[in-house]
Amino acid sequence: MSNYEQVLQELFGEACWIDRDNEFLAGHAELDRKTIAICGTCDRAYIGVDIAHRLAGFVLDVIRTQPGRPILMLVDNLGHRLSRRDELLANNGYLAHLGECMELARISGHRVISLVYGEAVSGGFLATGMSAEACYALEGGQVRVMNLPAMARITRLPQEQLEELCRESAIFAPGVENFVKMGALEQLWKDGLADHLTSALAAPEPALDRRRTLGLERGGRVLAASVSARVRGPQRG
Amino acid sequence: MNAAISNIRDRQSSSGSQSWYESSARQRVSALLDSGSFTELCGPRERVTSPHLASLGLPIAFDDGVVVGEGTIQKKLVMIAMQEGGFMGGSVGEIHGAKITGLLERALVMQPAGVVIGFDSGGVRLHEANAGLVAMGEMQLAVLTLREAGIPVIGVIGGANGCYGGMSIIARCCDYIVMSEQGRLSISGPEVIETMQGVEEFDAQDRSLVWRTMGAKHRRLLGEVDAVVADDIAAFRSAVHDLLGASRPLTLEALEAQHDWLDQRIRRFGDCHDATDIWRLLGVSEPDQVPELDSDQFNALLETLDHCRGRSQ
Repeated sequence: MSNYEQVLQELFGEACWIDRDNEFLAGHAELDRKTIAICGTCDRAYIGVDIAHRLAGFVLDVIRTQPGRPILMLVDNLGHRLSRRDELLANNGYLAHLGECMELARISGHRVISLVYGEAVSGGFLATGMSAEACYALEGGQVRVMNLPAMARITRLPQEQLEELCRESAIFAPGVENFVKMGALEQLWKDGLADHLTSALAAPEPALDRRRTLGLERGGRVLAASVSARVRGPQRG
Repeated sequence: MNAAISNIRDRQSSSGSQSWYESSARQRVSALLDSGSFTELCGPRERVTSPHLASLGLPIAFDDGVVVGEGTIQKKLVMIAMQEGGFMGGSVGEIHGAKITGLLERALVMQPAGVVIGFDSGGVRLHEANAGLVAMGEMQLAVLTLREAGIPVIGVIGGANGCYGGMSIIARCCDYIVMSEQGRLSISGPEVIETMQGVEEFDAQDRSLVWRTMGAKHRRLLGEVDAVVADDIAAFRSAVHDLLGASRPLTLEALEAQHDWLDQRIRRFGDCHDATDIWRLLGVSEPDQVPELDSDQFNALLETLDHCRGRSQ
């Protein structure tokens, strides 16, 4: 699995100033003489109230003090933190707050891009990955809802049947390739990370949520686009 | 199943009020809206069903476990989505999620007085896990887009499945949340915490612990939800009606206020072990009595506390 320092080195070389505090990362870097604000997590963090709050705080600071500066969210988590304390404090409220802050950044004119360089699991992927305007992943990254043995246990389906399903369908199995087919990941990055980030930042910001369209085009999630359109009815304009 | 339905009918006729908890999604919709005003979109007649469940040889539902459409509350236009907890635990699959997202996007065009989402869900439907999770990302964006547009989205929670997993994040992205005492709102289910972290961390069999930690009263005392009502559809209707038209802004000022408020919560309550410790710090003199209070008594208690005003108020 990629280490965040390696990823930053490949992206920005020496032009990168990131502070690490346990699993929390924050700082900035330069790419093509343009400053990019960077925050995220490392070491397969569990996203609890404290770290979600710090990430949100970073995003709000950028909105307040650096209008228009692009934001890169580095994603490496094993999902939300499972603990009594986090539930007592309402972790869902903190994760929603993070999503709201990322959306505010976007509507305030910031590019907001997420990169899954490690892992991204379930609610952690929702809050730190899918809350961005576009989410990318490294080829060696991992995105999943749950691992297969746990799924077999909870759905009470034999693991062999689930493994067979994994071969046929992207809708079910863990893996970044499958989330590309879902339309949730724009693209997988392999070599030349800096070039990838440059083109991601240069790409025009999509006006509509195009994840369903991508899912349809890529053949991984073929119903969501038509079903939502059927309910939505004709669009205005 | 049929016996359960006839029981519900008996309950209605004998008590006069209609329990939210005991009702199906369709019963909730029809009693929440003005009589006869509901028009369903992509309803069961269209038979848009999950091919993913079918391929596993599992039962399907003609509405994929969610009712969506539009109608009126006291003659004001509302869009409404209601999860059917009785089908696969209200879980979100590809179609289920797309119907809700489509409805939220429709609201942007129709400009109703509000959008109601009835949550009754354990979260992602594992049989189509990836599509369900991505659908939540789409719902989240659609909800926040409505907030930007000033159209209030009101989450209502009071069913047997509570509101768990990713849906708890979607609920909290709404402008407002109305819950009955029976409602629970949390990202992790009690069983999941117990399975992963051990019974010492969380005893899922301890029902009173579950309610104290995840239930409506605690969420209301924290300020995470906006109203606690009795388990009566008429009470939900009245609370939703009061919230129509007014939106909670998505601005830097509002989110900074929310950020400080969440920061204070960690500082004040971060070392508390039990919800009753938090309630005591909030000024509740007899925290052990809180679970016993009915919704009226509970709301009267809230009036005596001055720091449970909730987000950005």
